Amino acid sequence: MDRIIIIGTGQGGLQMAASLRQEGFSGEILMLGEEPGLPYQRPPLSKAYMANGDAGALVLKPASFYERAAITLRDGVRVTAIDRATREAICADDTRHVYDHLVIATGARNMRPPIPGLQAPGVHELRTLTDAAAIRAALAATRHAIVVGGGFIGLEFAAMARAAGIAVTVIEAAPRLMSRALSPPMSAHFLKLHRDMGTEVLLDAKAARVLVDGDGHVSGVELADGRQVAGDMALIATGVRPNIELAEAAGLVCQNGILVDGTLATSDPAISALGDVAAFPGPLGQSIRLESVQAAVDHARHIAKRLLKAEIAPYAAVPWFWSDQGKYKLQIAGLLTEADEIIPLAPPDGEPATLLFRHGRLAAVETINAPGIHMAARRLIGCDIQTLRAHDFDLKAAIKAHA
Amino acid sequence: MKITFIAADGTTTEVEAKEGDSVMHTAVQNDVDGIIGECGGSMMCATCHCYVDEAWAAAVGGQEDGESDLLDCAASEVKPTSRLSCQIRLRRELDGLVIHLPESQL
Ligand SMILES: Cc1cc2nc3c(=O)[nH]c(=O)nc-3n(C[C@H](O)[C@H](O)[C@H](O)COP(=O)(O)OP(=O)(O)OC[C@H]3O[C@@H](n4cnc5c(N)ncnc54)[C@H](O)[C@@H]3O)c2cc1C
Ligand code: FES
Repeated sequence: MDRIIIIGTGQGGLQMAASLRQEGFSGEILMLGEEPGLPYQRPPLSKAYMANGDAGALVLKPASFYERAAITLRDGVRVTAIDRATREAICADDTRHVYDHLVIATGARNMRPPIPGLQAPGVHELRTLTDAAAIRAALAATRHAIVVGGGFIGLEFAAMARAAGIAVTVIEAAPRLMSRALSPPMSAHFLKLHRDMGTEVLLDAKAARVLVDGDGHVSGVELADGRQVAGDMALIATGVRPNIELAEAAGLVCQNGILVDGTLATSDPAISALGDVAAFPGPLGQSIRLESVQAAVDHARHIAKRLLKAEIAPYAAVPWFWSDQGKYKLQIAGLLTEADEIIPLAPPDGEPATLLFRHGRLAAVETINAPGIHMAARRLIGCDIQTLRAHDFDLKAAIKAHA
Repeated sequence: MKITFIAADGTTTEVEAKEGDSVMHTAVQNDVDGIIGECGGSMMCATCHCYVDEAWAAAVGGQEDGESDLLDCAASEVKPTSRLSCQIRLRRELDGLVIHLPESQL
């Protein structure tokens, strides 16, 4: 194996390159990415960056890293096709690059709901640094922001905008916030937290169209039931779609993502996929796709071990995630899917937490401002409920007792 | 201001640092191996574990709320001088700071 190409220069793509070198790969590494500049972290885009505008702080590794590790980074170039027969990645500028192994790390893009008016000035989305910079520039003049979508990114933005003194209305189509990722009690708790921050939250509310003023600038959002929410800025945060088109066109099996096996190889053994774009086998056998730094980074490490150390153990890293909403640091360890028992914890001196079990085993733990419990939870996923009950569900005590 | 990082194998790297930045950020932006900082300083990953040089321990100060919980899960041995480097902000008094790096972060 002489030449590895990575498509996508996000957090997963960069980790892939770094891990290949860490595991001792001495061949050529070529990264091809559509976004301009050095790979950067997205999480702060809806958090610290909104407050401080420091784009330099987002950069994952300085330019010297690529030089030292002999990683060729070609930014601002879109890969338009993969020729599996000749093993080439073909770019928009017509250059062709031969690979021995290819890693697809194309991530995801924002999903745009099918409603009229999204082109109006003042309507924003948030995925890239460019998006975030545009939002930051608009915020100074914003009095009332409307957030369509009550998921992590929308709510992080809402908390940040409130802190800046901007009125905020969140429009969520589901009956609860962050419904894809949180347990009902946690959703309910965050509803209260956001309302206490002064955010207006509308649940079971479907955005139907964007309203504009005489200049064509956004002036509000109309709901399916005819209600109108007035506002001078709108953030559309209704989830993402994996960027699978390249893989699909190349004939790789895709299903809500590029389908990979437990070693993160696609249906073509010369091609792997990772991060937001990869659908991999989850603990219950079904394929899952995660949108998290943890998955992108752990996938990359796993692929590097397979390619260089011939390790074929199935990928089984415990998923974890965080979301900073105002002063609340929400953390999730594990997967909530098909949990059949919820144990809510309400410590007198702290924020509530929830333990979720599946068939009597710890499946997931949600905490707020409790990194220690979260860290313990990551190590206890899979632990049986009796053991934890014996410790009164004090995870830190359970770890100490069984260490 | 300057910070010196000393890796587990003794490799020493002196870098130029900016007041107000964290030690984690300074290490990452200067391409110092041995600090990962996977969560970007959100106090969530413990991959930015470091040992503050004895001579600097008092000036830097001890672990903050929640840090020891995270350090419990760090990959390398935790010592009295252990800190999460993302939680150490550079103040003028820390010019010349010496930081030792653990063997591994994962
Ligand atoms: C605002 C925001 C906040 C977030 N907050 C958190 C958080 O708190 N915690 C957390 O765990 N996760 C968070 N995430 C999610 C996290 O950032 C992603 O899961 C992670 O970036 C996924 O990495 P990736 O490498 O798979 O994809 P990406 O980072 O999306 O990178 C994919 C790259 O591929 C490029 N690309 C796509 N197609 C092509 C092509 N054909 N040719 C060339 N290049 C291409 C894209 O332009 C992009 O640069 C957040 C995301 C956003 C947007
Ligand atoms: S960078 Fe993650 S805890 Fe310090």
